[in-house]
Amino acid sequence: MKRQDVEDIEIKLLLEGIFQVHGYDFREYAEASIRRRLTQWLQCSGFGSFSEAQAHVLRDHELFNCLLDGITVNVSEMFRDPLFFKAMREDVVPHLKTYPFIKIWVAGCAAGEEAYSLAILLCEEGLEGHYRIYATDINEKTLKQAADGIYPIEKIQQFTQSYQKAGGKRDFADYYTARYDSAILAQKLKNNIVFASHNLTVDAGIGEMHMVLCRNLLIYFKAALKERVLALFDGSLANGGFLCLGVKETLSGRGIAGRYMEMAQGMRIYRKQYV
Amino acid sequence: MYRNRQFCAVVAGVSMGGVEALRILLGGLPVNFRLPLLIVHHISADSGSDLAKLLGARCAIHVKEADEGEAITPGTAYLAPPNYHLLVEKDGTLALSVDMPVNFARPSVDVLFESAADAFGAGLIGVILTGAGFDGSNGLRKIKDNGGLAVVQDPSDAEADSMPRSALAAVEADHVLPLKDICGLLCSLESSCLSRSTPNETKGNTNDRTR
Ligand SMILES: C[S@@+](CC[C@H](N)C(=O)[O-])C[C@H]1O[C@@H](n2cnc3c(N)ncnc32)[C@H](O)[C@@H]1O
Repeated sequence: MKRQDVEDIEIKLLLEGIFQVHGYDFREYAEASIRRRLTQWLQCSGFGSFSEAQAHVLRDHELFNCLLDGITVNVSEMFRDPLFFKAMREDVVPHLKTYPFIKIWVAGCAAGEEAYSLAILLCEEGLEGHYRIYATDINEKTLKQAADGIYPIEKIQQFTQSYQKAGGKRDFADYYTARYDSAILAQKLKNNIVFASHNLTVDAGIGEMHMVLCRNLLIYFKAALKERVLALFDGSLANGGFLCLGVKETLSGRGIAGRYMEMAQGMRIYRKQYV
Repeated sequence: MYRNRQFCAVVAGVSMGGVEALRILLGGLPVNFRLPLLIVHHISADSGSDLAKLLGARCAIHVKEADEGEAITPGTAYLAPPNYHLLVEKDGTLALSVDMPVNFARPSVDVLFESAADAFGAGLIGVILTGAGFDGSNGLRKIKDNGGLAVVQDPSDAEADSMPRSALAAVEADHVLPLKDICGLLCSLESSCLSRSTPNETKGNTNDRTR
């Protein structure tokens, strides 16, 4: 057997062990990306093989957390895909304004970039105090960064450009204070966001949301897991609610697609139909 | 040439000068060319998805932007979308990732090549074309390590020569050719795999700097 085939088996066994011991289920993640991440983690870890690492990962919680941080892809930005946020502002917000109070779930929130972008947008549209954002992720380390709302200052230039392209109405500098090499987001943005740990592969949905954002996360799942997670979102969304995916993700061909209508052209914003 | 070798896919990486190079490469392939091509072209994050359309209009083969989860189809060229890495799964489907840029690039040639080498092994042809930087060199080495074939555009023929030069420094390339001859090579590799039972196929008689 080729070395690489042996490694594939070791990865399968490791993921099975992690599920049984730590309860995190990566068994149905798309393989190419997770193999790449695990291989990089192994190289830094000092272990000679996945089999060797496994004995320790299954016993040592700290080490497992470090592996978890190594294999989740937490890359995000504020106002990523500015045209998505523009479409949200123009086509979705008018509907949201008809509710007395808006509940939004941002699943796979990484370090909070997307949740804060949404908060800025909602405040600018006059909805301050009328919404709550539940922002969830499996990575505890990035969840903590998210709650802090502090980003490296060198990211601000790009965030600012995207904010403007997304139809931002003010000066982006109004939303943060620069201190040394960090940008600290304004407290008023943090007030209505709850950051919490939630695992889409094993936890139940959270109910009666008016909008669910899950962008650039389904790309890491195999087809069957995608279906299950979409069904979970469907169960969490009120009729007339909105489901937002990443610009390279689509509902078409999925089980729940029949109940949804795509809104703004190509921006992957779907509205759940009233039945 | 390459008797008994069955190729199943081509991966290509290209950067500066890429639009013109892809026009020539893909435009030079006939409508009945069956191997799928997976392509990373370095582009800025907010350039649109128009390149596939632009190229498709001038090519006999089908050209499209890669969708996540889609099955690789023969005779189709897939371009990595702007701002996403393109990867190949072992079941022959395509995957996308928003992971950190690699070699300052997203999409990155290395990410595509390394995953494709895992998926296709010796059945893979890797091609490095014109470009600045060194993205793709590690990936091409992995393709060779897994038994695949390494093809590099002749640096003197490339609009930007550092990417091909870096690839040549990293790998013993099987073919170093000007762009226009790479089309011919790909066609001959494809037909050699279709007629691979033909006896007495002779090695050589190509005019490239085969190493
Ligand atoms: C690439 S980020 C996407 C961030 C943001 N939504 C965006 O589009 O910029 C994917 C996030 O999903 C999280 N994630 C991965 N698997 C998950 C799971 N099973 N449940 C919840 N979150 C998960 C990762 O930790 C990571 O932070």
